[in-house]
Amino acid sequence: MIVDWSRFEAAEKAYWQEMETVLSRLESNPEESLSLSEVERLHYLYERCSGDLVRLDSFSAHPGLRSFLESLVSRAYGQIYETRPRLRARWKSAIVAFPRAFRRHMGAFALSVGLTVLGTAFGWFAIHHSPSAKAVLMPFPGLLTPPHERVAMEESSKTDRLSGAKATFSGDLMTHNIQVTIMALAAGITWGAGTSILLFYNGVIVGAVAADYIGDGQGTFLAGWLLPHGSIEIPAILIGGQAGFILAGALIGWRSDLPRAARFRAVASDLLVIISGAGCMLVWAGIVEAFVSQYHRPVLPYGLKIGFGVCELIALSLFLARVGGDETKPPNDEVNMVRP
Amino acid sequence: MSAVATPSLTIDTPEGVVFAYQLATPVSRSLAWAIDAVAVLGIVNVVTRIANIGAFLSADFAEFLSVVLYFVISVGYSIVLEWRWRGQTLGKRVFGLRVIDAQGLRLKLPQIVLRNLLRPIDMLPAFYLVGGIAAVSTRLWQRLGDLAANTVVAQERDSPAPNLDRIAPAKYNSLLAYPRLGARLRSVANPEAVSLALRAVGRRDEFDPSARLKLFSELAAYFRSLVRFPEPAVEGLSDEQFVAAILGAIYQPSQRNAPARS
Repeated sequence: MIVDWSRFEAAEKAYWQEMETVLSRLESNPEESLSLSEVERLHYLYERCSGDLVRLDSFSAHPGLRSFLESLVSRAYGQIYETRPRLRARWKSAIVAFPRAFRRHMGAFALSVGLTVLGTAFGWFAIHHSPSAKAVLMPFPGLLTPPHERVAMEESSKTDRLSGAKATFSGDLMTHNIQVTIMALAAGITWGAGTSILLFYNGVIVGAVAADYIGDGQGTFLAGWLLPHGSIEIPAILIGGQAGFILAGALIGWRSDLPRAARFRAVASDLLVIISGAGCMLVWAGIVEAFVSQYHRPVLPYGLKIGFGVCELIALSLFLARVGGDETKPPNDEVNMVRP
Repeated sequence: MSAVATPSLTIDTPEGVVFAYQLATPVSRSLAWAIDAVAVLGIVNVVTRIANIGAFLSADFAEFLSVVLYFVISVGYSIVLEWRWRGQTLGKRVFGLRVIDAQGLRLKLPQIVLRNLLRPIDMLPAFYLVGGIAAVSTRLWQRLGDLAANTVVAQERDSPAPNLDRIAPAKYNSLLAYPRLGARLRSVANPEAVSLALRAVGRRDEFDPSARLKLFSELAAYFRSLVRFPEPAVEGLSDEQFVAAILGAIYQPSQRNAPARS
């Protein structure tokens, strides 16, 4: 049977148009929120249009009308059943959100640290037992020079080799390290295999460099060179690895009864917060590496550089361990950095 | 001609309403991506030129800006646009595509960020091979980023408010003089056949002349088999005019333009 289209349209068209107006307004400004009465009205219109669509399921009508109503109802469905908080940053909440999200996934962080330590041990022993492996394990021209030669050259240098290029160097470091961290997160989708390989390889390089410099009696130089930026950069990459393992955990669903989509949904906000926090850390590390780490005795005493690095590491540890109190409940809505 | 069926995402709401999104094909997504790649290059080019203006103050700082802005734009382009334009970038807009939540809910910022941060994996080893393989092997054509973010890319509906005048223009319709026959027609007509007739009328100018004659001849024969209108009402009407008049009788029964007869 065919519905009496004219009567149907005459009765309902005003409601469809009203709902389309409200939806267009909301969609043109993603951060706009409705008053209570407007929400109630939208809900009424949604139910009314849903009812119209159901009526069309039993009656034939203009196919354009069905498509139009489906479009209206699907747009309204998203608005009714999901809130989208405004993106007005509250810095205090943003700062607290990062350590809280970090602490909620300590298992993933421990795994990240464990794999890096394993890689470091491998790199250390590989260089210790086979110094000729240096070119393979550390394929960077700057690291192939014997450490004592490099130290002598750096300490006797009368010119600033980064003069006029410090900012560019800093930018290169920031973007490269953030890309590595993003990759550590993204590679989690390979059931964590890609993240594991990346962290292990990073550890191998750190271990190989440490073995090379300490074995050559340049431990103080190494600490003064690496600690100022490494005390932030290495934890940032470990946190990127943590994000990768969180993603892998959601994919695998170990000890979870939730469907895969729900597991991903549950960790999405934490992943955003964690990767944003790691990105901020790497911006700082890039600045320090270009403007502090590359300057050695006599320009900057090693004690000062090591002390600076140790202070950074303590501050970072306290920040990640203490800031945000005992809150461990996962966010039930948007990231905590936004205000509903 | 054979074609691969385009999958769709069906949403069943708590109100008992079912609606479907037609999913975007990998081909249209690739084309949209190509436009976005060109857009990113264009924006980077413009921004780099602007940054280079500052080189007279500090060449180092200008270079720093170029490096950082290139990175920020290449990573942030899709995130910002998909957030501001509700799941669309420039390329997706051109091809009528939209990223939507796989449950039909509103797209959230973490979803947008996640699907875009997983792009480097989807792009491996080149030209989105990993993402492409993932897309064709998943039910909802999701690349890895979409799987993690719980999103799909849908083809937008082109659904303006229906226009009745397009179906049955306000001309004289001799069939409206027989409201009882019209009511009978409405009760016995197959909805699918009526929908087909509507589409045929709407697209009649696109048909090849011989195909047009054949199509409307078959449709007219079908409607004549349901209800027989008196000869004076249908005299002189071509098959196409008859089908259009039938649609008018179905959808605009109250728009009477002739004295009613039994």
